[in-house]
Amino acid sequence: MKDTNDTSSIFKDPIPAVKVDDLTVAYNYKPVLWDIDLEIPEGVLMAIVGPNGAGKSTLIKAIIGILKPLAGSVKIYGKSYDKQRSLVAYVPQKGSVDWDFPTTALDVVMMGTYGSLGWIKRPGLNEKKAALEALEKVDMLPFKNRQISQLSGGQQQRIFLARALVQDASIYFMDEPFQGVDASTEIAIINILKSLRKAGKTVVVVHHDLQTVPEYFDWVTFLNVKKIATGPVKDIFNDDNLTKTYGINYKVSIQE
Amino acid sequence: MDIQDYFSLVFSDYTLRTITLGTAILGAVTGMLGSFAVLRKQSLLGDAISHAALPGIAIAFLITGAKDSNTLLVGALISGLLGTFWIRGIITKTHLKSDTALGLILSLFFGFGMLLLTFIQKQPNANQAGLDKYLFGQAATLVEKDVWFMAIITALCLFVLLLFWKEFKILLFDKDYAKTLGFNIKTIDILITSFIVLAIVLGLQTVGVVLMSAMLLAPAAAARQWTNSLGTMVVLAALFGAFSGVFGTAISASQNNLSTGPVIVLVASVFVIFSFLFSPSRGLLFKHIRISANRRDLEQQKTLAFMYHIVENHENISHPHAIKILNNFQGFTRKTLQKLVDKNYVTLNGNLWSMTEKGFAKAANLYNHQTKDDE
Repeated sequence: MKDTNDTSSIFKDPIPAVKVDDLTVAYNYKPVLWDIDLEIPEGVLMAIVGPNGAGKSTLIKAIIGILKPLAGSVKIYGKSYDKQRSLVAYVPQKGSVDWDFPTTALDVVMMGTYGSLGWIKRPGLNEKKAALEALEKVDMLPFKNRQISQLSGGQQQRIFLARALVQDASIYFMDEPFQGVDASTEIAIINILKSLRKAGKTVVVVHHDLQTVPEYFDWVTFLNVKKIATGPVKDIFNDDNLTKTYGINYKVSIQE
Repeated sequence: MDIQDYFSLVFSDYTLRTITLGTAILGAVTGMLGSFAVLRKQSLLGDAISHAALPGIAIAFLITGAKDSNTLLVGALISGLLGTFWIRGIITKTHLKSDTALGLILSLFFGFGMLLLTFIQKQPNANQAGLDKYLFGQAATLVEKDVWFMAIITALCLFVLLLFWKEFKILLFDKDYAKTLGFNIKTIDILITSFIVLAIVLGLQTVGVVLMSAMLLAPAAAARQWTNSLGTMVVLAALFGAFSGVFGTAISASQNNLSTGPVIVLVASVFVIFSFLFSPSRGLLFKHIRISANRRDLEQQKTLAFMYHIVENHENISHPHAIKILNNFQGFTRKTLQKLVDKNYVTLNGNLWSMTEKGFAKAANLYNHQTKDDE
């Protein structure tokens, strides 16, 4: 976490949880993210919004090292991502995994403990306990021995969330966690995210539903290959930024 | 030869014992590693690698003039690894997907290998007879030295598998996530692939280039049908593979003209077919039974609903009605009616039926269930 001996933090601004500088990602020379400068303060529940192809998933993947950027740097609490890996957890999009794989819900959640175990070491009783607790938090404990293909979409999403919770990280990145889930799962997820924020964690969510941004999130980043705006929802979630990001006169376009 | 002869022979006869052990060990190791190939959706990788090994064998012979299996298998290993490397290169550097890459390398290398084989055949001095045994395998040429070698490789493979079990598991299941946890994906990937290549090269002598992929796939495919746990699947695949070797050898030894390699593959296929049909959770037989049971339940529910519709407008729900009016319901059968009676939803009295309290309550709530239980 933050260096507690660093007295300079009393006098300067606190170190942001995530600092992105000049981040540029391109596929085959076509820019997907261009020159992104972004500071995410600690303890916010932030939505990343933008149209399709805006680079939202790419931004997260580039921050956590799944994609290699063309240029730019990422700092987690002032240090490089590689050094701070244990502080960061990732919840991918549901569709990125083979759901026919022979494994149970509990097994998947236990995978969240693998990072802290490091190479070779096997998960033991402590890890199992942590996994069961995480399953409980997402209300999936009765399904712990279910094979994952036998779960519904919302349940699968909760398993992914539990896997990230088990890591007990400081920063959580989530890629469209509300995509295609039922209403009760959506409520369960947003409650967990809010409790994470309450505990002082930073949560960054790629979000597709503009309607719910003011209700769920306190910070927002508008993205469309370039960063359009970032800041508290109450300050910057307005028609001006929406139009700049989505390219249409957003308010007018919504038909009666 | 009958069962008793077989059992006494397998312990006393050197050849039978050696081949049985060799094919069993081979089956076990290809079963284990095949599980990973299958789960990585790289099922045909084994096929591509085994076909890619052929030119290596031919070139090894051309260079050294030796025909002993060790030299030739080193050639096979090099050629197989080269093919794997190129497959990986094609996938990462071009837009082509893995199936295209596998097909390209398979046919390219195999074609080249066949070309070399026929060239060797035409040489006046070279004694090529024996090189084409690598096409379909010749288990009868296994010696104790080979079996020991296989056993050591299998033990090594098992050791590595157990050591890095969770790393393999997470790489197979969710590569991106594994990356975020800090695991070096490339290293694990290369480790798995190298072991697969090694196992294939080991099996070339026994089962041959053409059929080797079956030994990688069949035991794993069969094992998948019986379990939802990765560990159990790998163990089962090893067992299926080993028994394919043992039974295949036994059958082939008991007849005069059956070549061991193909028989082993056929036995493995029988395991697969049996698993597809009879496994409790995924097998076709049990699926059919479950579907029929569901259909019967549905028939009963619809009949009950029809009866409810008739009954609900009466003051007295147990008012008897003629069975005849049920004939208006298209799905009605006497059998269904009897089942409803057995369940105490309906009582019969000669030509008349009437609904019970229990039946009425059941019918009222038929389509009202909230999906909180078994989703």
